[in-house]
Amino acid sequence: MHIDLRTVSIKPQRQTFDHIARRIGPDKAASRYQEGTLDVQATHNFHYRPTWDPEHEIFDASRSAIKMADWYAFKDPRQFYYGAYTLARAKQQETAESNFDFVEGRGLADTLPAELKETVLKLLIPLRHAAWGGNMNGAFITAYGYGTALTQPCLYHSMDQLGIAQYITRVGLLLGDDVEVLDEAKKHWMEDSAWQGLRRYVEDCFVLKDPLEVYVAQMVALDGLLYPLVYETIIDNVLASQGGTPIAMLTQFMTDWYAETKKWVDATVKTAAAESPENKAQLEKWITHWRDRAAAALMPVAQIALGAQADALTSELVGQFNARLAKAGVSL
Amino acid sequence: MDMKVSKKKLGLKEKYQHMTRGLGWETTYQSMDDVFPFVKYEGIKIHDWDKWEDPFRLTMDAYWKYQAEKERKLYAIIDAYAQNNGHLSVTDARYINAVKLFLNGISPLEYMAHRGFAMTGRQFPGVGPRVACLMQSLDEIRHAQTQIHSISNYNKYYNGFHEYRHMLERVWYLSVPRSFFDDAVTAGPFEFMVAIGFSFEYVLTNLLFVPFVSGAAYNGDMGTMTFGFSAQSDEARHMTLGLEVIKFILEQDPDNLPIVQQWIDKWTWRGYRVLTLVGMMMDYMLPKRIMSWKEAWEVYFEENGGALFKDLARYGIRPPKWLDQIEQDKDHISHQAWATFYNYAAACNFHTWIPTDDEMDWLSQKYPNSFDKYYRPRLEHWREEAKKGNRFYNKTLPMLCQTCQIPMIFTEPGDPTQICYREVDYKDNKYHFCSDGCKEIFEHEPEKYIQSWLPVHQIYQGNCFNEGVDPTAEGFDPLAAVLDYYHLNFGRDNLDFEGSEDQKNFDEWRGMATKNV
Ligand SMILES: [Fe+2]
Ligand SMILES: [Fe+2]
Repeated sequence: MHIDLRTVSIKPQRQTFDHIARRIGPDKAASRYQEGTLDVQATHNFHYRPTWDPEHEIFDASRSAIKMADWYAFKDPRQFYYGAYTLARAKQQETAESNFDFVEGRGLADTLPAELKETVLKLLIPLRHAAWGGNMNGAFITAYGYGTALTQPCLYHSMDQLGIAQYITRVGLLLGDDVEVLDEAKKHWMEDSAWQGLRRYVEDCFVLKDPLEVYVAQMVALDGLLYPLVYETIIDNVLASQGGTPIAMLTQFMTDWYAETKKWVDATVKTAAAESPENKAQLEKWITHWRDRAAAALMPVAQIALGAQADALTSELVGQFNARLAKAGVSL
Repeated sequence: MDMKVSKKKLGLKEKYQHMTRGLGWETTYQSMDDVFPFVKYEGIKIHDWDKWEDPFRLTMDAYWKYQAEKERKLYAIIDAYAQNNGHLSVTDARYINAVKLFLNGISPLEYMAHRGFAMTGRQFPGVGPRVACLMQSLDEIRHAQTQIHSISNYNKYYNGFHEYRHMLERVWYLSVPRSFFDDAVTAGPFEFMVAIGFSFEYVLTNLLFVPFVSGAAYNGDMGTMTFGFSAQSDEARHMTLGLEVIKFILEQDPDNLPIVQQWIDKWTWRGYRVLTLVGMMMDYMLPKRIMSWKEAWEVYFEENGGALFKDLARYGIRPPKWLDQIEQDKDHISHQAWATFYNYAAACNFHTWIPTDDEMDWLSQKYPNSFDKYYRPRLEHWREEAKKGNRFYNKTLPMLCQTCQIPMIFTEPGDPTQICYREVDYKDNKYHFCSDGCKEIFEHEPEKYIQSWLPVHQIYQGNCFNEGVDPTAEGFDPLAAVLDYYHLNFGRDNLDFEGSEDQKNFDEWRGMATKNV
């Protein structure tokens, strides 16, 4: 006999797990983001100290100068848990795929003015290494940060940066005559004076020990200037007006990604700064420092495409950056 | 030469190389030693990271696409299972205790794997292994979350699930799986990879997942079965990574062999001890059995593992130590573990019971050398006592093994009537062990294992009472105080299955589907 269990209407004993109910109230159903995030990381009674860092517990809030009474005050406005994250990215990669198909299928890369193509190769392809640096930095925060609310989206960010590095690689392979464009770009990244400020910036991030300072250097300052500069300003505006629309199509993933991701970054900064005057002061110090370094490092990169305009446009972007951070509660 | 043609010619492997390998560089503004500070202290020598063979070639866009497809299907089934009261279709409500064991003991390890692989994914100087580790880190948070989300529905209707995160850090038996993973992530990056990537994911994974996933399938639990199968498709990638790690390390330098061998010995033993819980689940907690623990060990370790170690012999690797003891133990450990939980069912967040006559016959048949001789008489005795109203709950605390943290319940190799004790004097203290394996692991790293947060010691030291509790007060009940600290609801989460709220509710709810109420 088949029993139809759907007809049974039974009253649940509880709506969610107790640690979630303590946060959202006992009578509310929890979202998947909440159940997959809140208090998921262990906090008490660790068994052993790390052999690689005996000064700290495995997960230890004191690795950062930023102090939070509750590390789950951080919220991802996108509510990304793994399922929501992969679904969102799968959709974006579908768009990216059809954009690549469009450009490839119509041979649009061959229609680009030679000079513009040259500029794109020079400007964009070395950035795959910067994105790889972003992947390293996101991995660092995921590993040594405190609380799933912060570490989880940092892994997503890290993998996004790997994805971006791979999309840039594809643009290189599409525009360039051969894989040599990648070697060429790497040579520039390693040796060309235009790139040394940025490479130094990225390498300096690799040796930071405070996960929140890495967050500021990568997610706030570098992403916050690089994406508006390269993708929004240079590619989508300046180059598009010179016949470079196909390039804007090939980098649409980056533009969309940044527009989405910066909401999460703003929310994170806002929460940390609102916590205490000490946090706010610390963030202001870090953000000022890394903003100035990022702006200086990006200037010669901007010049590749903007020439003499680079100075003015970069200052404008720094102004916008300051305004954005002011909204998040940090005055620079 | 036609450039266009050479462009098209990029093979999959070459293309993937450009998509990953080419991304990294030798840092010069900061030294490589500062950028990757943990890669030398374990003594492993790597000369050429480029010799790493990418075990799978998945770019991020492909990863997102495949994984999103899997998530879409999985969550559709989870939703349907919840909406249709799928929990009422399990064989009988005792089965749900196996799911409790899983959420409490295993899912938090998935999360630890996620963080651990993020650590190695940051620390290896090679681009290939870094990417593979980070993808696994991403998969592991998937496993943690899909398990939490699937089992969330059980938590709405049954006891014992509601404080899994709090209990993980406190309840006595949960320190066994937890300390296992704490041990792995506090090791260096190479040991972590051998511990989790190889020993756990490659050698022992089938002994963990097949029992739970098949157990779910056999017992009508579609929800658990579905996330299990969905996770298994990630495991294929994790297993190739685990094997590649071992081969890569061993091929890089002959000096690596003794270090790796010691890790394989240690982590096989550590993993095997944790699997005691799984063995017990297979033999006692599944109303419909899949196979016995002993059979599982024979198929998945002795046969499959045997072939693996034969294959690794060309690198100089020999099978893990203490296999002779495991060989003798396989007739015993599941019975010894269930007896322990039956004893301590008052301090436990799932229910216990005495197997039915049919089930005891099944155990006799599966364990002809041990069950009738050593374990059936004891179970029958306890059953008789319970019938007379003398259900015995042990209120004294057991001595724990300093390494694996399991109570000292295991017996001497060769004598199943004699409890096995080992001890070591170290810096003015005496440390106790369940076995030669655990003793030797301690002796190799005493400074690590003297730190163990042993639940019993912690209770005796007064660290397991809620704030404000006064243990010197008149009529102080230490067990009750500890259970408060655990957030364990006395009479709902613990004690026997017979007479439990879970049992009553399940019967009533199923009755509503089959009878006119
Ligand atoms: Fe997993
Ligand atoms: Fe032990």
